[in-house]
Amino acid sequence: MAHDASQPQQRLARVGKATTEKPAARWALIAISLLFLLLMLFLPLTAVFVEAFRKGLFAFIKALGDPETFSAIRLTLIVAGIAVPLNLVFGIAAAWAIAKFEFKGKAFLTTLIDLPFSVSPVISGLVFVLLFGSHSVLGPFLQSYGIKILFAVPGLVLATVFVTFPFVARELIPLMQEQGTADEEAALSLGASGWQTFWYVTLPNIKWGLLYGVLLCNARAMGEFGAVSVVSGHIRGQTNTMPLQVEILYNEYNFVAAFAVATLLALLALVTLVLKTLLEMRYSAEIAASRRH
Amino acid sequence: MNTQTRKAWRIRQPSVIPGFGLALGVTLFWLVLVILIPLSGLLIRSSALGAANFWALATDPRTLNALRVSFGTAFAAALVNVIFGIVLAWVLVRYSFPGKRIIDAMVDLPFALPTAVAGIALTTLYAPNGWIGQWLTPLGIKVAFTPVGITIALIFIGLPFVVRTVQPIMEEIDREVEEAAATLGATRFQTISRVLLPGLTPAVLTGFALAFARGVGEYGSVIFIAGNLPYVSEIAPLLIVIRLEEFNYPAATAIAAVMLLISFMMLLVINLIQSWSRRRYGYGA
Repeated sequence: MAHDASQPQQRLARVGKATTEKPAARWALIAISLLFLLLMLFLPLTAVFVEAFRKGLFAFIKALGDPETFSAIRLTLIVAGIAVPLNLVFGIAAAWAIAKFEFKGKAFLTTLIDLPFSVSPVISGLVFVLLFGSHSVLGPFLQSYGIKILFAVPGLVLATVFVTFPFVARELIPLMQEQGTADEEAALSLGASGWQTFWYVTLPNIKWGLLYGVLLCNARAMGEFGAVSVVSGHIRGQTNTMPLQVEILYNEYNFVAAFAVATLLALLALVTLVLKTLLEMRYSAEIAASRRH
Repeated sequence: MNTQTRKAWRIRQPSVIPGFGLALGVTLFWLVLVILIPLSGLLIRSSALGAANFWALATDPRTLNALRVSFGTAFAAALVNVIFGIVLAWVLVRYSFPGKRIIDAMVDLPFALPTAVAGIALTTLYAPNGWIGQWLTPLGIKVAFTPVGITIALIFIGLPFVVRTVQPIMEEIDREVEEAAATLGATRFQTISRVLLPGLTPAVLTGFALAFARGVGEYGSVIFIAGNLPYVSEIAPLLIVIRLEEFNYPAATAIAAVMLLISFMMLLVINLIQSWSRRRYGYGA
């Protein structure tokens, strides 16, 4: 057995061989994975761009220049521009309370925050129709004051906030739990006020995680379809967001225009993925998501 | 003594960190306003229907069929995702090959791509005259506008859930366990099937449950490819929308309540799996 111990290189190689698959099996598994992804992910993504340019660049540009499409883009930006900051403030507050303190009912609160993830998007829209619709308790009251929530921007924002509710909080809670409270305690003991501690100590610690959460929240806010579809009322040029505009154009067999708007959304998704990957690569220690999806 | 007992009755443990009241206040206000009031509105409206009425609406044949389609296709898709998700996670964790980083990033595409875009893209591929559909039609295989098409859309939507729950657990596997199995004479196949896969069970179950739950509620990516034939390829979320457009609020409410109830049960099951796995294996999924 002496020759075994004298050649650690060979022994390592043999251990390596025993704990991995044969090259043929390895390449087969890689091939299966790549084929599956090609079929399920790459092909649909390619189809979006190919179909958008099917009738040439001119038709593509013309489709995007349509005033209704333009107003859909504007509305999507408005809705996301309101919903994302609201959930950003909520996410920071929730993470501060949950990660920095020990209190009763914390686990239950965390479960409640995750709730929207397990609700169908259609139901997320339906709850607001039931709350504010003309058949509801609040409906006639709002109507008498001329307040429009359904089939208008407030309804779209509410549905979007509902659907994107957990994103920022879910990213920040594990991150801030991991960081603990030692930094804040040090700052406080040196005489910093509560807000100073937050601005100069906590926020720099969580900025990349925060950006990560906002990125995912924004992607979902701009791309949400089901919830928004239920509360929108599909008034052309007024309450159609980009995903809804895609649906309308597609159902009218205006495929080039539908896919043209879809390319913008697909680009948004790709930019989100690239930024997300960059954050995971460069700041993996400062975001929680790389360890917990 | 006195402070001890008082401490036990406190809602929160003392801390020098300020802002608990403000942070918890903002959190609860927003949670109650945006999530809890609307959701309880749905429950109140459905309980106002009365038990008999609710039961009649929930067991309407079209409703039952839609629920069956939703749950059946979501189950099939989650099953496919478990198989390919495990393979994919294994390949991403253990092997190196050119373009691996891009592949890894692309797995999250279904999270980032708006569902409506996924829906029209998949329909373009699988329609009878589509990119892939045109090769399947002569073989007599119909994908788009059938439950098979719905399943394909749900596979797309659910894939990252399985990969992203299994992948981190696979990364944590201790190589020494495999080395021990190999030393004791296990073949590679035995090591994987008897030693590695059992340890992954909680993660796989969690991934399955997440993909399944997401698939049941999915709307945007499905409605384009489904064809939406009542009793055949009509999903439950779509039936809610149809009932709403008919101003049939009681029916929409009843279907939503049934779906919500099942989703909450799934959430409970996921939590149970996770606490079970934490007890049994020492890590959560």
